[in-house]
Amino acid sequence: MFPTPIEKRSRAAQITYQSLVPLALIMWLLPLIAVALFSIRPGVDFSNGNYWGVPSSFELFTNYGKVFFESDMPRYLWNSVLITVPTVIGAVALSCMTGFALGIYRFRGNLLIFFMFIAGNFVPFQILMVPVRDLTVDAGLYDTKLGLVLFHVAFQTGFCTLFMRNFIRALPYELIEAARVEGVKEWRIFWYIVLPLMKPAIAALSVLIFTFIWNDYFWAVVLTQGPDAQPVTAGITSFNSQFVAQYHLMSAGSIVAALPPVLMFFLMQRHFIAGLTLGAVK
Amino acid sequence: MLKKLASAAVALTMTTGLSGPAFAQDLDGTLRIISDMSNPAPREVMEGLAADFDAMHPNLTVELDIVDREAWKSQIRNALSANPPDVVNWYAANRMAPYVDSGLFMDITDWWDAGDYEGLESVKGALTMDGKQWGIPYTYYQWGVYYREDIFNELGLEEPETFEQEIANCQAILDSGRKCYTIGTKFLWTAGGWFDYLNMRTNGFDHHMALARGELSWTEDEGVRQTFENWRTLIDMGAFVDDHQTYSWQEALPFMVNGEAAAYLMGNFVVPQLRDAGLGDDQIDFYQFPAINPDVAMGEDAPTDTFHVASGAQNVEAARAFLQYVTSAEVQTEINGPDGLGQLPVNANASVADDEFIQQGFTMLSENATGGIAQFFDRDFPAEMASIGMEGLQEFMVFPDNLDDILARLENARQRIYD
Amino acid sequence: MTIATDPETQGWFQRNRMIITPLLFLLPGVAFFAVYVISPIFQSFYISTFEWNGLGSLSEQGEFVGMQNYSELMADRNFEVSLWNNVKWLALYLLAIPGGLFIALFLNQTIRGIRVYKSLFFFPFVISQVVVGLVFSWFYLPNVGLLNVVLGWFGTEVNILGNPDLATYGIIAAGLWPQTAYCMILYLTGLNAVDPEQIEAARLDGARGRHMLWHVILPQLRPATFIAFVVTIIGALRSFDLISVMTNGGPFGSTRVLSFYMFEKALSEYGFRMGYGSAIAVILFLIMLIFIGYFLWSMWRDERDARR
Repeated sequence: MFPTPIEKRSRAAQITYQSLVPLALIMWLLPLIAVALFSIRPGVDFSNGNYWGVPSSFELFTNYGKVFFESDMPRYLWNSVLITVPTVIGAVALSCMTGFALGIYRFRGNLLIFFMFIAGNFVPFQILMVPVRDLTVDAGLYDTKLGLVLFHVAFQTGFCTLFMRNFIRALPYELIEAARVEGVKEWRIFWYIVLPLMKPAIAALSVLIFTFIWNDYFWAVVLTQGPDAQPVTAGITSFNSQFVAQYHLMSAGSIVAALPPVLMFFLMQRHFIAGLTLGAVK
Repeated sequence: MLKKLASAAVALTMTTGLSGPAFAQDLDGTLRIISDMSNPAPREVMEGLAADFDAMHPNLTVELDIVDREAWKSQIRNALSANPPDVVNWYAANRMAPYVDSGLFMDITDWWDAGDYEGLESVKGALTMDGKQWGIPYTYYQWGVYYREDIFNELGLEEPETFEQEIANCQAILDSGRKCYTIGTKFLWTAGGWFDYLNMRTNGFDHHMALARGELSWTEDEGVRQTFENWRTLIDMGAFVDDHQTYSWQEALPFMVNGEAAAYLMGNFVVPQLRDAGLGDDQIDFYQFPAINPDVAMGEDAPTDTFHVASGAQNVEAARAFLQYVTSAEVQTEINGPDGLGQLPVNANASVADDEFIQQGFTMLSENATGGIAQFFDRDFPAEMASIGMEGLQEFMVFPDNLDDILARLENARQRIYD
Repeated sequence: MTIATDPETQGWFQRNRMIITPLLFLLPGVAFFAVYVISPIFQSFYISTFEWNGLGSLSEQGEFVGMQNYSELMADRNFEVSLWNNVKWLALYLLAIPGGLFIALFLNQTIRGIRVYKSLFFFPFVISQVVVGLVFSWFYLPNVGLLNVVLGWFGTEVNILGNPDLATYGIIAAGLWPQTAYCMILYLTGLNAVDPEQIEAARLDGARGRHMLWHVILPQLRPATFIAFVVTIIGALRSFDLISVMTNGGPFGSTRVLSFYMFEKALSEYGFRMGYGSAIAVILFLIMLIFIGYFLWSMWRDERDARR
C-alpha cells in the first residue's frame, strides 16, 4: 500500500492524521456547508445583514415547506424524474445491444463503429445545438419531455456503448463459444447468457447515467421552456427569479434540486464508483 | 380555479356591458395563449383575463400557458416556429423586428383599420413597422427616479429639476455616507436605462432615435461624447453603488430598502417590489429625470408591452376578439388598476388608477414628455446592437477610462449591423 | 428477433448470422446516434456558411455567405476573449489531476470511518453544475459572502465575479471542485490496484516518498491518469453551466468561452445569428478534434495490443 499505512507510523503521526482528515473535509465542503446553513435561516436575518452570525431562529421546515408547497419545484422535480428514468432505460437498453454486437462479433467496420461512438461521445455539445434544436422543433417535440429524452438517449448511447462493449469484452468468451457449439441461437445467447452476466454493468451504468441526465442543464435550456417540461436544473433558475435575493429560499431550493443524485450516489455507491472508474485500472 | 374566476368574470362583463362586432358573434374552438406575465401580480391579471374571456364565450376554450418572463425572451422564437399558439406576449418597437421580418407575427393592419382599437391611436406608432401594424399594446409604464423620500427630507433635499441640482443633491447624499443611486448591471439593461435618459436629456429625443436607427456615429458624434461626459461626472463622484456588475436589478433593491442608497432609476414595476420590501408610501416618491440641456424637450422611456397574433394561429377569429377585448377601455381600466398591473392603460378612454405613482407617471407622460416617447434601449436598438451596446455601457460604468475603446467597438458593430 | 426462427429464411440467416445478428443489434443504437449526433455535426458545418436568424427554415430565410462568418470571427474581439478563456480553462482545469492525486494519497489509509470520508470528499461531483455555480457565487458575494467575510478578518476583500481580470479564475476554481473529486476517485481506485509486491520490492531497494511515487506508483497509475486527462479536457471545453449561472458571460463579456459565446450569439435573448454561432461551434469542434484524435489513437493502440 502507498503511501505508508498510518498504523505503521508513530502514535503522534496517527493522532495528527486522524484530526487532520475531518478538518480537511470541513474545508473541502465549506461552500456547501455555508449554503446548508443559509437554508435554515429566517429571511429576516438577511435583511438585517446577519448572514453568518447565530441564526435568529431555525426555519428548516418553513423554508423547505415553501420550496415544496409554494413554488413550481415539485413539478420540476417530477419532470426531472420523467426525463431521467426513461433516458436511463433507453440508453442502457440500446447500449446492451450495441455493446453485445461490438464486443462479441468480429466483422469489418466493428472498430470503426465503436470509435464513432467514442468520438461522438467526446464532441462539444454546442456543435449539435442548432441542428438538434431544429430537428426537435420540426418534429413538434420542442418543449416536451419526449424531445429531451430522445436526444439524451441518443447522445448517452455513445458513452454507454463504450462502457458495455469493454465490459462484454472482459466476459469469458468460451461460454459463448460453447453455447454456439450447442446450437443456441444468437439472440438467445444475448438474452440468456450475456445479459445476466451484464447485471453489474447495467447497475453501474444506470446510476451513472441517472446522475448525468439529472444534472444536465444545457439541453434543458435549449430544448424546453416552461414548468411543463423543464427539469429541475433549469427550473432552479426560474425558482431563483421568483425568490430573488431571498437567500434562505434559494439555498433550500438548490439543496432540494441537488439531493436526488446525491441520495442515488450514497445508496448505490459501489456501483457508482465501479462505473466511474471503469478503465482506471487494468 | 378557472370556474371560480369565471363566475367573477360574468359579473364583470355584465356590469361593464361590453359590446362590439367581435363580441356579438359566437366563437368556438380553442384559443391558445402563451403569456410571459409570470410575476405574481401580472400572472393573476393574465389568468383573470383568460378566465373572463373564456366565460364570455361558452363554446370557446381558452388555453393559457404562462412562462417565465426572462426565459420567454429567448424562447418565443421556438414557440412561434413550430405548432404556434394563437396569441403571444411581446414588446413593441424594434424588439418586434426579427419576428416581423420572418413573418412570424400576423399583419393585423386590417383590424386596426376596421376600428377594432378605438382610443389607441396615440400608441399605434410603437406597433407599426413598414407601415403596417403587427400587434396591440396592453400596458405601458413610466421610467424615472424612485427615491427615498425620508432620506431626502432628512437631508433637506428637494426633487431636482436640473442636472446641477441633481449633482448637488447627490453630493449631499454622498456626504451623509450613502450612495446616490442603486443599480444592478449584471443583466446589462439597467445601464441602458441610464444611457437613454442621459442621452435624451443631453441631445434630445430625435438624436437618441437617430442613434438607435444607426444614423449617427458612436465615435464621431460630439453629442454622444457629451452624454458620456455627463455620465462620467456621476461615476467619478462615486454616485453608484459598488460592485453593481455583480447584481441583478432585484439584488440591487436592498441597498435602497436598507437606506444605503437613496434612489433608483427604474420602471414603475419597481414600486410593488419596494412596497413588498416594507417601505411605506411616505418613504418612496418619484421624480422625472431632470433636464440637462435646457434647449431640448424632455423625452421619456415608456416601454409598452404587447400582444401579437402568430401567423400560424389556428383560431384567428378568437384571437381578434381577444385583442379587442384586452384593449377595450373597461378591461384596460381593470387590468392596469392598482389591484392589477398597477401601470398605465393604453386606451385613452380608460381611467388611470388612483395611485400616487401611476398618476404622476400619467401626468408626466401626457404633459411633460414633449420631446417624444421612447421604448427602451433594448427595444429601440436592433437586438445585436442592443446587446453589444449595453455590454459597453456596463464596462463604461466600471471603467470609465475605457471609453474610447468602448466607443470604437460600438461604432464597429454599428457599421456591420445596420448595413 | 423472430425472423431468425422463420423456416423459409433460416438457411440464409443461419449462414450469415454472424454478420446479420450484430447488424440487427447495432441498428437502433446506430440509427439514433446518426440522427442526433453524427449528422448534426455536418449540418453545423453547413449552417455555418449561412446568415440565418433561426426563424423560419434555412432554405427560405437563410442567406448563403460562404466563409464570411469565419472571416468575421477572425476580427471579433469577443471571439478572441472567448478563445483565450478556453485556453485558461484547459490549462487550469488540468490542476484537477494533481489535486485529485494529492487528496487520494492523503485519504488512502485505513483509519476508522475512512470510507465515509472518501465518499464525502467525492460527493461534490454528484451535484449538478448549476448548483455548484450558485453555491460558489454566493461564496464569492461581495461584503457578505463567506470568502469575503474571511478575507475581511485580514482587512481585505475582493469581488471576484465582478472583476474582469479575476472572474474567469473564480469560475474555474468552482469547476475544479467537482472535477478534483472525480480525479480523486479515479486515483483511489487506481491506488487500490497497485501491486503491493512491487511496492515492497521498491522499499527494500530504498525507494520512498517522492521517489517511490514518481518511479513506482505513477507508472502503475497510468490508466487512471489517462482517464482523468480525458474527462478533464472534455469537461474544460464543455464548460457552460457554471458560466451561465455565475456571471452570464460578464462582466462585459470577460468570462465568455467558446461554448457560451456560441449559445449567446445563436439562441440567447439578443442572439439571432445561427450561422455565426455554428461557425463558433465548428471552431470549438476542431479544437476538440485534436484531443479526440489523440484519445482515439491511444485507445486504438490499446485495442491493437489487446487483440485476441
